[in-house]
Parts: sequence; structure tokens; C-alpha cells
Amino acid sequence: MYLINSFLFCGLLCLIAQIILDNTKLTAGHITSIFVVIGAFLDTFSIYDKIIKIVGGGALLPITSFGHSLIHGALLKAESCGFMGIFMGMFDLTATGIACAIIFSFLFTLIFKPRN
Amino acid sequence: MRNTKYDKICDLHKAKESRLKNSLLAFISGGFIGFLGELMIEAFCMYLNMSRSDSSTLMIVVFIFLASLFTALGFFDNLVSYFRCGLIIPITGFAHSMTSSSLDYKNEGPIYGIGSNMFKLAGSVIIYGVVAAWFFGMIRYLIGGIG
Repeated sequence: MYLINSFLFCGLLCLIAQIILDNTKLTAGHITSIFVVIGAFLDTFSIYDKIIKIVGGGALLPITSFGHSLIHGALLKAESCGFMGIFMGMFDLTATGIACAIIFSFLFTLIFKPRN
Repeated sequence: MRNTKYDKICDLHKAKESRLKNSLLAFISGGFIGFLGELMIEAFCMYLNMSRSDSSTLMIVVFIFLASLFTALGFFDNLVSYFRCGLIIPITGFAHSMTSSSLDYKNEGPIYGIGSNMFKLAGSVIIYGVVAAWFFGMIRYLIGGIG
């Protein structure tokens, strides 16, 4: 069941993004930024957590999940550390993704040559 | 006056793309990536005896690795221009934008080329994500009664 839900959810988000891209003047950069903000907004009252419970892995892949993990880590830390926890826990859950992206891009840039 | 005329002529001669085909391609490719992600999580759970949260982290690492590698090998750009949002919205688009911008500026040196241009496209995602998370987190902290 998770497999079908993942297909539908991830595909639906990409479909919405493609419709926005085709019918307005917004570029891909605008759309990814908007989607991150939407993901953070949805997790403010734990809606995205419920989506992940229903959908499974398909909800972790789109860029909305990035905004979700940022605010989720911040709120988890805020529970134990108070106000400063929002700043301390911001990158707790996304650290793996950002660090991996930086390291892999750097290594592959050193190894490979650019080609057009 | 002249500009509107110019725009009209431009619109006439733009290459026409089928929006239906674009959206369908985005839906199928995006859905396939989500399907693959869930399949990977279940495979890691079953064969490597990992917990579900560990295997979802590993799944994201694998996707970032593959997207960076394919971008560096050169054929991911063609895939992105064909499938568009189907590959931009998943985490592959994030890795693709970082690797491609750092590859583009490689010949300007390690510091001013790679170092300062790696986040040229992906930086907006991180900045607006952090600002939005801080803003909504403050709202939740003030009215939600946590901590």
C-alpha cells in the first residue's frame, strides 16, 4: 500500500509543480522555494507528519520534506531547550542531506570535467 | 507599444510544447522516483535489518549520490530538461543544482569558483526553508504551548 501511495503522492506534487511552471512565469527556483515554505507551513501543526504516516517513503523525497525536517527538528529541540532550541535544532534532521550533497558535489567536481 | 508588438511576435514564434505531455511526464517520473524510494526503504529494512528511520536516511543519501554522479557524468542535464519537474521537485533536483553549478565554475579556481558558486541555485531553497521554519516555529512556540 505504501508503494502505491508513494507513487501517487510524489507524482501529484511533481504534477502541480509542472502545471505552475507551464502556466506562469515562475522559474524552477521560485517553485522549489515555494514548496519548501509550504512544507514548513504544513508541519507547523503536524499535518505533514500524518501525511508521512499514510504515504511512507514517497513523502520524504519531494523538497517539501526539507522544510518539514527543518521545522520538525527545531520544534523537537524547543521542547527540551526552550526558546533557543528553535535555533539549535534547526539543522538536526536535514544535516545528513546537506552534508552529503556538499561532499558528493565537491568530490565529483574534483574528479570529473564539465561538459556541455 | 512597441514592446507589446514585440511580445506578440515572440509568442507567435515560440516553440510550442504540449502542456499535457509535460505534466504527464512529470507525474510519471516523479511518481516513479517516489515508488523507488519506498521500495529502497523496504529493501534496506528487510535485508540490512535497519530501522525504518535509518533506512529512510540511507535512501536519501543514495538518491543524492546517484543524482550527483549522473550530473557529473553529463547525462542528467538531458533527463532534467526532458522530465522537468519530475526530477526537480524530488531531492535529486537539489543535488543536481549543486553539482552542476559547481562544475560550471570549476575553471575559476577552488575558492572563488567551486567554493562560492556551489550554492548559487540551491541556496535559495535553504535560505527560504530556514526563514520559513524559524517564522512558523516561533508561531507554534508562542501559541502552541510547547517547551
